[in-house]
Amino acid sequence: MNPDRRTFLSGTAAVLFGGAFAGRLGAQQEALPPQDAAGSLRDPESAGRSQERATHRDNDPFVTGIEKRIQCTCGCTLDVYTCRTTDFTCTYSPALHKEVLALEDEGKNADQIIAAFVEKYGEKVLMAPKPEGFNVAGYVVPGLLILLVGGVMLAVLQRRARLSRPAVVPGAPPMPPGATPGTSATPPASPAELERLQRELRELDQ
Amino acid sequence: MTLLGQFALWAAFFIGTWAAVIGFSGRWHGRPELALSVTRSVYAIFAVLVVAAISLWQGLITHDFNIEYVASYTSRNLPGYFIFSAFWAGQKGSLLFWAIVLSMFAALAQWLTAARYRALMPYVAAVTSSVVVFFVTVMLFAANPFMRLPFTPPDGNGLNPQLQNIGMVIHPPMLYLGYISITIPFAFAIAALLSRRLDTGWLHAIRKWTLMSWLFLSIGITLGMWWAYVELGWGGYWAWDPVENASLLPWLTMSAFLHSVMIEEKRGMLKRWNMTLIIGSFLLSIFGTFITRSGVIASVHSFTQSNVGYFFLAFLLVTGVLAFTLLYTRWERLEAEVQLESVVSREAAFLFNNLLFVGIAFSVLWGTLFPILSEAVRGTKITVGPPFFNKVNVPLGLMLLALTGIGPLIAWRKASTANLKRQFTWPLISGAVVLAVCLVGRMENFYAIVALALAGFTAGTLLQEFTRGTRARHRMYSESYPKAFAQLVARNRRRYGGYIVHVGMLIYFVAFTGYAFKTEMEATLKPGDSATLRSPFGHTYVFTHVGVSQFEQLNRVVTQASVQVTKDGKSIGVINSEKRQHFSEPAPGVRQKSFEPSTEVGIRYTLQEDLYIVYAGSVAGTEEAVYRFTINPLVIWVWIGGVVLVVGGLITMWPGGTTATGSLKRAEAGYEVQLASAGAGSAE
Repeated sequence: MNPDRRTFLSGTAAVLFGGAFAGRLGAQQEALPPQDAAGSLRDPESAGRSQERATHRDNDPFVTGIEKRIQCTCGCTLDVYTCRTTDFTCTYSPALHKEVLALEDEGKNADQIIAAFVEKYGEKVLMAPKPEGFNVAGYVVPGLLILLVGGVMLAVLQRRARLSRPAVVPGAPPMPPGATPGTSATPPASPAELERLQRELRELDQ
Repeated sequence: MTLLGQFALWAAFFIGTWAAVIGFSGRWHGRPELALSVTRSVYAIFAVLVVAAISLWQGLITHDFNIEYVASYTSRNLPGYFIFSAFWAGQKGSLLFWAIVLSMFAALAQWLTAARYRALMPYVAAVTSSVVVFFVTVMLFAANPFMRLPFTPPDGNGLNPQLQNIGMVIHPPMLYLGYISITIPFAFAIAALLSRRLDTGWLHAIRKWTLMSWLFLSIGITLGMWWAYVELGWGGYWAWDPVENASLLPWLTMSAFLHSVMIEEKRGMLKRWNMTLIIGSFLLSIFGTFITRSGVIASVHSFTQSNVGYFFLAFLLVTGVLAFTLLYTRWERLEAEVQLESVVSREAAFLFNNLLFVGIAFSVLWGTLFPILSEAVRGTKITVGPPFFNKVNVPLGLMLLALTGIGPLIAWRKASTANLKRQFTWPLISGAVVLAVCLVGRMENFYAIVALALAGFTAGTLLQEFTRGTRARHRMYSESYPKAFAQLVARNRRRYGGYIVHVGMLIYFVAFTGYAFKTEMEATLKPGDSATLRSPFGHTYVFTHVGVSQFEQLNRVVTQASVQVTKDGKSIGVINSEKRQHFSEPAPGVRQKSFEPSTEVGIRYTLQEDLYIVYAGSVAGTEEAVYRFTINPLVIWVWIGGVVLVVGGLITMWPGGTTATGSLKRAEAGYEVQLASAGAGSAE
């Protein structure tokens, strides 16, 4: 057999049949040598970037509330709080977190801190644009459009519904009891005809 | 084998071009052999693309790192199932995956479509072949998965650790299946327009395809949420990322279509609207692909930026212009056969439901594109993130939830006051009871209160529908209640399957309210230290750090941090969270670290709330660990809602059931339309 083909076939078999056992193999953990007495990790690099100790200020709703309104500048598209508590390889979000704490230490309130960030990093740093100027369009256009279309739809439907109602023709014979009226140009159906039609429709539905 | 793959792509290109040119030209009219040639081309395209796919898989399995794609997304020590899924992990492979799945669906459509729709099939073949040709063209000229490197690296780069998750083996194909299968309803719509066969026949031909597309999209989106939740580690499942939004857009328009198509089938109305929705859904699926691959909008999900975005933009524009021009030329033929009789009718409720679905789709599209618009108008870059989308879309979503309850209760044609009173009394009471419970329980989040009250109302409507139907069968046929319920669903699959889908949506909405009560904290713990967190349901959890261990597993070094958890003083077990450092082995005994260490979340699922533990890392390489503890209420109901929704969709799709047959027979006879438009006497 051609070695390439053999490799391919054996590889395919390994993927198809071996894959099923891979999870089980994964469970057979090969322990590294025990950690030393000082409680330090054998391979600290594999545990990711070294972390700073969390303080009560990291959980302060005032701080986290601000951080959820500003975007991390690393390009991840996440807010600062989410990035610093999710992407532990990011060096930007911890720095931005420290900036927030520093601004709080200066006695600034939430809006002032946000304004300081906008001044430094531009409007893009806000997770949602301020509803000012052209940005107002961003917030109101979808709702206004739905209201407008909904209003027009309602008006048109009411008009059509009104038009589809039967016109009263002077001198026309009275409608049979229980019959659905047609338009003025359509002769009304007899009860027998209506009953037959309803029966046939029911039969079709069965 | 790459040569064979290349050859297969070119073969698909030429065969597809033949099918498209002959199919669209209409030269097959009166020439059965030519029509047969067009439809058989579809099978041939599928066959050659299977050859192309096998060629790529062969390269992946045999670690042929001379192929650029194989070197970019795999490594020698990558587990087998991830080698398999690497096929769609990158841009080029996913394009081939798209093309082969589309050709498979196109072949199935030709094979499975009933003989009575034969006149449409060459046009259908032309449309599907054109789309396949487009994807093959992108591969041949911009993103060739068989491109070879000038050298052979000893090992590949490996797969991004975040993609080494079972969710990523299933989620992308499901989403692709949803995106791709929309092409079939689109092809039938174009075929109906081209052939001028604009009765409800084409709708019946595509009913299962549209449901299938919608189901695959639903599964794909839900699996995507699940993957984000278990893998990304931020404690949520939906971030309004442009790529997430792109998947939601066709789902919304398809949902609108699945509702409005009922009005066309039953009343002969909304023909133009349904055509617009199908064309729009297809274009939105292409738009989603454009967003993901162009790099025009920043997203965490995007493929590497490349010039394929221009191909997609051009295809999007050309297809949109051609399809809507064709629709315009047939506008008069798509006149509604009856007019709406009352604003208080199911037809009107469905119209407003459509308005909301499409309105939400517009709102999501608007928000996604607003940064580009803002930059063009003001020259200032802005970010449109979750706070924006929540502010704009949550009220719309709640209105949709209300209509989910209202729609099925209103009578067709015209609802009387007595009908409204009979139908709405109990649901309104159930909504009011839920509202009272929320207020008595001092719930403070406005949107959560409204959502739960509306959920109570909608649950009332659904329960009432099932109860009345079951009781009616019990009385009429003396069936036991369980049997009556089963028969009710089995004999009216479309209606009650649809209601089960509504139950799934209801569960989703209730689960989403849990997000408002998410509780989290960061803590740094030495072994033996504890942190305490109180949940929204009033439980007190104590997290005690046990220690950190390191071991090797498959293609990675795992650093595992363990936490002992007690709930209200009672131990509920140990939860582990991990850091994984992946490595490659270019030669035996040679190990290279690949990628940054990734985080694996520890999750304990319960019906009330999830405990979500993230090991951020260690302090100065010791066992002193930094954690984020999160309590996520009701998250498991998102996944349960997804399962219920899929079950409902499958019931609706399942062959047989009496009303489906009746509806088809009626539509074929044009029965109701004649009754309403031409007077009762002419309906024979």
